[in-house]
Order: sequence, then structure tokens, then C-alpha cells
Amino acid sequence: MLDVLQRLGRGALSRLARVGRAGQILLQSLLATPQPLIMVPLVLKQIYFVGVLSLVIIVVSGGFIGMVLGLQGYTILVDYGSEQAVGQMVALSLVRELAPVVAALLFAGRAGSALTAEIGLMKATEQLASLEMIGVDPLRRIVAPRLWAGFICMPILAIIFAVVGIWGGSLVAVDWLGIYEGSFWANMQQSVDFYDDVLNGIIKAVCFGIVVTWIAVFEGYDCIPTSEGISQATTRTVVYSSLAVLGLDFILTALMFGEL
Amino acid sequence: MRMRTVEIGVGAFMLAGILALVVLALNVSGLKLSEQAGSYKVYARFDNIGGLRPRAKVAMSGVQIGQVKSIRIDKNLLMAEVEMEIFNDVDYLTVDSSASILTSGLLGEQYIGVVPGAEDDVLEEGAFIQDTQSALVLEELIGKFLFNKVSE
Repeated sequence: MLDVLQRLGRGALSRLARVGRAGQILLQSLLATPQPLIMVPLVLKQIYFVGVLSLVIIVVSGGFIGMVLGLQGYTILVDYGSEQAVGQMVALSLVRELAPVVAALLFAGRAGSALTAEIGLMKATEQLASLEMIGVDPLRRIVAPRLWAGFICMPILAIIFAVVGIWGGSLVAVDWLGIYEGSFWANMQQSVDFYDDVLNGIIKAVCFGIVVTWIAVFEGYDCIPTSEGISQATTRTVVYSSLAVLGLDFILTALMFGEL
Repeated sequence: MRMRTVEIGVGAFMLAGILALVVLALNVSGLKLSEQAGSYKVYARFDNIGGLRPRAKVAMSGVQIGQVKSIRIDKNLLMAEVEMEIFNDVDYLTVDSSASILTSGLLGEQYIGVVPGAEDDVLEEGAFIQDTQSALVLEELIGKFLFNKVSE
């Protein structure tokens, strides 16, 4: 009986310690004295790896999700004779929900796992330790640029996802199914509000970017430096950040649109 | 050379992001940058506004000439008071114009339809449209119909 209690307590304490270390790493690397001359090229390079190279998967999946939305929306709405509302449906669901959430999930799978594996391998091959030996703070040199790159890239990727998705939706609805183009766009413009919908979607994307990058970097930095440990850490990154994104999405949606 | 491709890639990425944001703002949400500057306010009181909501369109002959800014209850008359923003280039709404709440399509949104009258004077900033017609509430209509059937 006491053993069970002890195991529960130990588990809870180690979880709490991990959360604490995660917060410590985040604060230390973000508050580290900024050195623009060194930081800017490092951040640029990370934006290239994290953002530019993620573009392909974001654009392709955004396009297909928009096309599916257009097709599904049409088959449902055509029964009520209001198939012009497809534009509004595609745009609202993409801008408010799908673009931030799906882009964040893809981002966690494409960039988050790579970040974890990279930092984990650096730790396993003692590159982080040798950096410390020569007096370079690995948090500032390795972790901080990756964090900033993730924060910057995620909203941009989400915006691109939304635009490509809406383009895909219009491709199916207007060019293929023959909805009148004017009412497609007019319905969309009338129902989508820049501040309520677009800006809230971007705020969501920023939050998801922070959470996903934070989890990825922390899991890599905190992993057990063996090949098995790295593989576990990479898995945990994808699982935790997906769960965090979906859970956080509900909270943010309730705060933004839920009249709370 | 390696750094150059990275920087070009990042530059193109940033540019794509900014362009996408502009498309979202102008093309998808229909944000007009000069919307606030080019409009004047006109008021109308209705017995019942039905499902009219802020940002609904104000139309003349089906063409949008403005939008609903806000809706509140006039405490003295106990009627709904609708504040409308009419675009500045619309200078032909006469003082005896009439406003009615209409529905676009069978299930569509409600909007305000304005029909100009015959006077020479036009509505100024802050003017009231006197001749109004309330929204058609389906339940009331069905109620009247049933009542007539019973009394027959």
C-alpha cells in the first residue's frame, strides 16, 4: 500500500521537476543577453530548416484539405440549395480552426521531431558538453535560435496553409463544381471578419508555435543521451505536442468564440 | 554561398507569409482600409428587427450601400434603434426614404433594404429614416394564418 503511494508520489515529483526544468530552459534561453550579430544568422539558418523546408508539406496538405472541404461542403449544402455558402464554410473553418491546428500538427511531426533528434544527438555525442567546456552557453547558442525560429515560422506557415486551402476550396467549388464565383467570394467576405476570425487564428498559431517548439527543444535537451533515449524523446515530442495543440485549441476556441 | 541560399530561402518564405496575410485580409475577409473614413451615419427605428445583426448589409435595389453598425433599444419609444453606416458616395437617399428588413433567399441572412422617396432633400449625418417596415417573423405569420383559418 505504502509502496504504491510512494511510486505515485515519485512519479508526480519527477513530472513536476520536468515541467520546472522545461520552464527554466525556456526562460534562460529567451532571456539570455541578446547578441544580434551572432544570433541573427543562427536564427535565419533555423528558420530555413524549420520553416522553408516545411513549406512543401504545408502547401500540399493545405491544398488538399481545402479541396476536401469544398467537396464535402458542396455535397451537404446542395441539398438545401445554398451551395454558395461553400466559400464561407471553407474560409471560416480554415481560418479559425484547421489552418492553425493542422499546420501545428504537421509542424510538430516535420520540424518538432527533427529539433528533438538534433539536440538529443548533440547531447549524446557530447557536443553540448564541449560547447560548455569552451565557455559557450549551449542554451544561448543552440536552443535560443531554434526557439525563436519556431515562434516566427509557425504563424507564417498557418497563414500560408489557410490561403492555399481557400484556393484549393475555390478550385473545387468554382472551377469544378461550377458555383458562381461572385457569390462564392462575396459570401466569404461577408462572413469572415479580419479581427474576429483572421487575427484570432493567427493568435492561435502563435500559441501553438510556442508550445510545439518549446516541447520539442526541451525533450531534446532533457533526453537520456542514448540512441534509445533519443528515439523515446522524439516520440514524446510528437505525442505531447499533438495533445497539447488539440487541448490548447479547445481552450483558445472557448475563450475567443465561446462567449465565456 | 551556402548562407546565400539560406538567406534567399528565408526571404522568400517571409515574403510568402506577408503576401498570404494580405490575401487573407483583403480577399478573404474583405477588409477595406478606408472603410471608416468614407461613411456617414443614418438611424432607423423598427418594431421588430427579427434576426438582423451588426455588420449586416444595407442595400438599395440589392446593391450594397452600407452596413449596420449597431443595434440597441430606444428606451423612450421602446423600439429597436438601428445605426447604419452609409457610404459617402451614396448622396441620393431622400428624407422620405423607407427602410425595411428583408431576407436574402429563403434561409439567408437578413439585411436592410432602402427605397428612396420623391423629396429633394437628402439624408444627412445622424438623420432618421421615418418610414420603416419590420422584419417578417415566421411564427407571427403562421399564427395569423392559423387564426384566420379558425375564424372562418
